[in-house]
Amino acid sequence: MANATFRVWRGNKEAGDFVDYNAEVSEGMVVLDAIHQIQAKQANDMAVRWNCKAGKCGSCSAEINGMPKLMCMTRLNQLDLSKPVTVEPLHAFPKIKDLVTDVSWNFRVKKKIKKFKPRAPDAADGTWRMDQQDIDRVQEFRKCIECFLCQDVCHVLRDHSKHEEFIGPRFLVHVAALEMHPLDTESRTEELKTAHGIGFCNITKCCTKVCPENITITDNAIIPLKERVVDEFYDPLTKLARFLSPKKEK
Amino acid sequence: MTQAGAPLSFSKQRPFGHTLRRDAWWLQSLLTAMGLGAFIIYSTWAAFQGEHYHLGGYISPFYSPELFGDSPHSFFGPQPSWWPSFLPFSPALLILWAPGGFRFTCYYYRGAYYKAFWADPPACAVGEPRKGYLGENSFPLIIQNIHRYFLYLALIFLAFLAYDVWAAMWFVNPTTGASELGLGVGTLVLATNVVLLSCYAFGCHSARHLFGGMLDLISRHPLRKKAYDCSSCLNRKHMMFAWLSLFSVGFSDIYVRLCSMGIWHDWRLF
Repeated sequence: MANATFRVWRGNKEAGDFVDYNAEVSEGMVVLDAIHQIQAKQANDMAVRWNCKAGKCGSCSAEINGMPKLMCMTRLNQLDLSKPVTVEPLHAFPKIKDLVTDVSWNFRVKKKIKKFKPRAPDAADGTWRMDQQDIDRVQEFRKCIECFLCQDVCHVLRDHSKHEEFIGPRFLVHVAALEMHPLDTESRTEELKTAHGIGFCNITKCCTKVCPENITITDNAIIPLKERVVDEFYDPLTKLARFLSPKKEK
Repeated sequence: MTQAGAPLSFSKQRPFGHTLRRDAWWLQSLLTAMGLGAFIIYSTWAAFQGEHYHLGGYISPFYSPELFGDSPHSFFGPQPSWWPSFLPFSPALLILWAPGGFRFTCYYYRGAYYKAFWADPPACAVGEPRKGYLGENSFPLIIQNIHRYFLYLALIFLAFLAYDVWAAMWFVNPTTGASELGLGVGTLVLATNVVLLSCYAFGCHSARHLFGGMLDLISRHPLRKKAYDCSSCLNRKHMMFAWLSLFSVGFSDIYVRLCSMGIWHDWRLF
């Protein structure tokens, strides 16, 4: 059975460093398997957050060889095992211990986003009718597993720590899912421009690259929201057309 | 975001270029810088030449529409008298700001050149050279929101370039002196250029939004839904069309220029 070296970040919120561990590697293993093996045999006190091992819970997010990935979805045969595999916690969030970070900021951000506000029911029994064509677009956004890899790789949060001014790609996807929903009547464009800080996004598409659910975050969520902000605040022609339009329809 | 409790302590910004990535993360930015840099240098040089930009029915896309100029393609005659004498004159200088502005404010190119020329960031998960960051939230980059106005201009330019392809299908018969319909390699070059530019412009994120992206109940607008779907289809290959159209514009100019200089010979297919 082959061996590989895993260079794992060990420490707490004050300090830490990388520690090398050797692990036995077998066919079909993922990084999380190796971390569990190390935890069981060599470092019982190593903290790691995980749950489903199927890429659906978004718990085991980490940085593997410098890129944000899910540990449970990163197969060892995709990595160069002739060199140590580095595994470190998410950089954009405060460290708690070893590979575990405090992602609670995300949940507080979500609470501040205006909730879904549906139009009056279409039928007397209190139900609505939607055309599949209208709902197709937002279904992509519902795939999000909240692993926060997109938040981690976004340089606005990662390098510039704009957590006070920018909600990050994950929540721009959330806003897009609400804003583009055919039943929703709420407007969030004012907040997008101000409190949510969509202008900080400079379209590097890193969030799209790391999304384990392959959500086209930049092209399908963020840029369409930027365009809606342009409609509202930077395009007098569109504003005029809407003002003159006899029918106010979303 | 404000929060309850103790302030979060986020990690310190990593130094410029710092990363644990093992792949050639610098390659994409390097290729972008080389590609865009080469195009900017060549197009600037070509725009200032003011000659060898037309041959018979062919006109370089850098010079079309030719508002003022000495070629038969000029709409309003030769160099205007009001043009300041201390400035060099070239028909391209009157128009190139519009397609240039369209590309400069394009969502794809923005992301690409922020990385390649400004290292903001140099690549995903790689440390940046500076601490301050304004993004497109304030001056000067807030001006990027003007993109859709450049789109409107780009669509007008496309109509002129399509007309140029029609004009490039007419050749003067050397014996009779009459115009006759034909097809040269140059016609195909200019036609390919218009097709690629159209794929780039109609797949633009602003076009996609205006066609139907702004509507939440798009099923009530079947024509706009079709336009939105077509635009979305092109948008999925937006980066590819951005580069292909950039190369085709440059190559079209090179083709017309070299033919006009007599270095290349334009083959008539019929």
